[in-house]
Amino acid sequence: MHVVIGVVCPLSSHARHHHFIENWRLRPRRLRCIRGTRFNAPAQRRQPRLSMTDAIQLLISGVATGAIYAMAALGFTLLWQAAGTINFAQGEFVMLPAFAMLIAIGLGAPLWLAFFIALIASIAILGLGFKKVVVDPMRTHGVIALVVATLGLSIGLKSLVKAAYSAEPHPFPYLFGEEIVRIAGVTVSYSDIGALVVAALMVIGLQLFLNRTITGRAMQAVAQNTFAAEALGINVARMIAYTFVINAILVTVTALLITPAYLAKFDMGDNIGLKAFFAAIIGGFNNPRGALLGGVLVGVLENFAGAYVSPSYKDGVALVLFLTVILIKPDGLLGTPQERKV
Amino acid sequence: MSLLSVKDIKKSYGAIAAVDGVSFTVEPGEILGVIGPNGSGKTTLFNSILGQIKPNSGSVEFDGKNISGLSPLAMSRLGIGRTFQNLQVFGKLTLRDNLIVAAQEFSGSLWGRILAAGDNGVGQRADEMIELFRLEHVANLPAGALSYGQQKLVDIAMAFMPKPRLVLLDEPCAGVNPSLVDGLRDLLLTLNARQGGSFVVIEHNMDFVMKLCHRVVCMVEGRVLAVGTPAEIQANRSVLEAYLGN
Amino acid sequence: MSWSKLHLAALVVGVLALAVAPAFLKTYGLYLLTLWLVYIVAAMGLNLTVGYAGLKSLAHAGFMGIGAYTVAIAMKAGISFWVATPLAVVICFLFGLLIGFPALRVQLHYLGFATLGFNVLLVLFFRNEEWLTGGTFGIQNIKRPELFGWSLNGNAAYFYLVLAVTVIAAAALAFLLRSPWGRAFAALRDNPIRAESTGVNITAYTLMSFAIGAAYAGIAGALFAPLVNFIDPSPFGVGTSLLFLLMVVVGGSGRFYGPVLGSAIALLLPEYLRFAKDWYLAIFGLSVVLMMIYLPGGLLSLKSTLQLAKSKRDAKLKEAAQ
Repeated sequence: MHVVIGVVCPLSSHARHHHFIENWRLRPRRLRCIRGTRFNAPAQRRQPRLSMTDAIQLLISGVATGAIYAMAALGFTLLWQAAGTINFAQGEFVMLPAFAMLIAIGLGAPLWLAFFIALIASIAILGLGFKKVVVDPMRTHGVIALVVATLGLSIGLKSLVKAAYSAEPHPFPYLFGEEIVRIAGVTVSYSDIGALVVAALMVIGLQLFLNRTITGRAMQAVAQNTFAAEALGINVARMIAYTFVINAILVTVTALLITPAYLAKFDMGDNIGLKAFFAAIIGGFNNPRGALLGGVLVGVLENFAGAYVSPSYKDGVALVLFLTVILIKPDGLLGTPQERKV
Repeated sequence: MSLLSVKDIKKSYGAIAAVDGVSFTVEPGEILGVIGPNGSGKTTLFNSILGQIKPNSGSVEFDGKNISGLSPLAMSRLGIGRTFQNLQVFGKLTLRDNLIVAAQEFSGSLWGRILAAGDNGVGQRADEMIELFRLEHVANLPAGALSYGQQKLVDIAMAFMPKPRLVLLDEPCAGVNPSLVDGLRDLLLTLNARQGGSFVVIEHNMDFVMKLCHRVVCMVEGRVLAVGTPAEIQANRSVLEAYLGN
Repeated sequence: MSWSKLHLAALVVGVLALAVAPAFLKTYGLYLLTLWLVYIVAAMGLNLTVGYAGLKSLAHAGFMGIGAYTVAIAMKAGISFWVATPLAVVICFLFGLLIGFPALRVQLHYLGFATLGFNVLLVLFFRNEEWLTGGTFGIQNIKRPELFGWSLNGNAAYFYLVLAVTVIAAAALAFLLRSPWGRAFAALRDNPIRAESTGVNITAYTLMSFAIGAAYAGIAGALFAPLVNFIDPSPFGVGTSLLFLLMVVVGGSGRFYGPVLGSAIALLLPEYLRFAKDWYLAIFGLSVVLMMIYLPGGLLSLKSTLQLAKSKRDAKLKEAAQ
């Protein structure tokens, strides 16, 4: 699964592909085991019987991963609503801040400072810059042109990092340490708890912002009906710009939380991008709350599927849910039907 | 027997009855106008006949057969053509191809058409239609590059290409330069004389309707206020009041 | 019609150039050229679905995988390439029909998502069902076929087979697009609602555009397996499907030669410029962004885009003069 969304050049020699796949499939899991974190279901734990505490552990780490997916998915959803953009480079938007932080840390900055530097850069480049340079000039070109452009962006950014920085995976510091605690027989890592708390705060805070503040409501109004919003005197252009800024913040925090487990690598965005995409569709592309539900569902499902069904089909369960949702309720679990435009 | 009979169509949105029990018939070869002030339910009626909206009750019979709920494809296959109020042409196809595609699917089988000559035998008909509509000079341009009025003509010509037995025209004059309205009326009269068929015209432009139609249905507030020849309608007091009252 | 004569002449010269190319190329160059043709066949199929019929498909590499695995598995079971290939094409066609069904009920952009999901599912299948597909180890030693006792094992011989299939596939597509079907596909693309009201059976054409597109991917897959001798799941992932979409759009979606150009830029050049591949892909990816901004119709739309700009300018000048 880790390789599939990456632009794997089909021309390359097969030996290299092979090597590539094996690396990708094994490395993250092995590392996770060494580090004792449980971002995803440990593949080795495929035993016929799992106890209740195992299930709870899987649930907690699944929710933690899912909450991170939810953040990236939320960005997807917001961009889709406000600007009609399907951002196929969302995964790369997570990868870039990770490398920005890595570089800042390499230059001697502490993690918090590195995060702020990355955040500012991300808002300027991945938020406003992306809007101004890529999205705005393509307003009239239709969805497919924008989709292709973000695909190009995805390939370009990935290759750029690979060529200019490194093709290797780089370790990334844990925000909350790597220690493990036992509570009532259930083993959880600080990292999982921390990720869960931060992601939950981000998502809930954003919900409150969107629903409770005047600016947030104005943004929702723009998302639902641009013309009506304009008629009400809302500064549509500014609200759309805010959306891009929020997406930039979301991807930077996502990078901070997920990179320790994924490692900073040029193609780390493939997996997170795909998962965020699944999460956004499952929850409902036109409802921000849907992204939260979708993210957590994907995170928990892949954990349980890895443990109870088959590690090799770990990603299959979320996928089947994704396909089912598309075919039966295309607007997602929490989405509202959209009129088919003539 | 009437070609089309609309029986007691009712459609309401919430508490508001957009169409409140409308019935009328269309005879073979007849041009029927449907007029009414804004909000009188003309468009809802039109969409109910075409199955775009599901009416709460009532039925639509074409040639003695109930056609309620049929797909647009099935209706076109029965010989019911339609035009659109907003522009609906195939933008990247040439004007001539627009006309050909509007008629090519009516002969031969789906599989047979792979092997058919490029235009499936309707090219000549398309050329006749182009000549009738005087669009020769733009026949090979992409339809999307034409002016609004030209695209409107293409839309109308497309509806007539397969020689339908009934054509429903949705505001054919909307957006058309007033100086061209008379020409459009003459075109429709020519088409009616040449290839027969019945027309139902929904239109705002009273003058256009009165000079084109054999019979006129006047709707007000979702009901039929009066039915008659243009002269009768023009002489009808309540029609005048309904229009002036607004 | 001097334009169509010129076109024909260019086409003949192009095919002839390809026909004599093996004499001038080393093994690797010939391999790349063959691979290019294989990808052209696949991209032509996607161009039909995406460019001509206007439907979003992101499962094209998956279909190619079905074709490649069908041929590989069948040949391992002792079935002749000449039987396995039509089988692969039929299977892809049927899968295309199957995948076309969501297209009938799902809104346009969701269709892309659904096909993407299907592709991910296929890769999981290829990777995990080791009993059939060999899993990540793939299927090795896929032999090249014989034709009337004449071995096509040599690189040049196999190249000529692929060239012949490409020319036939292209001719078939050109024939289809010139038939009423081509016009019906375009109508479906430009305005499905209007198309339906003028008697175009959009259900049938939607399904057929998917199925025929998939069948072309199947042909490409069937040629791909014996070419590389070894297949595993990696060339058939979503990444490649997205790359196929890029190829079609970059070349010029809905333009007959779009896939020829697009696959050269997106596949042939990166491999040729291997020593600087990452830099090439970086520049390529970012150029795609620029191109979508300034030339959304693809490279082959350059002429018509310039013409349109010129006519607009002329109209403005005229207005100013009045």
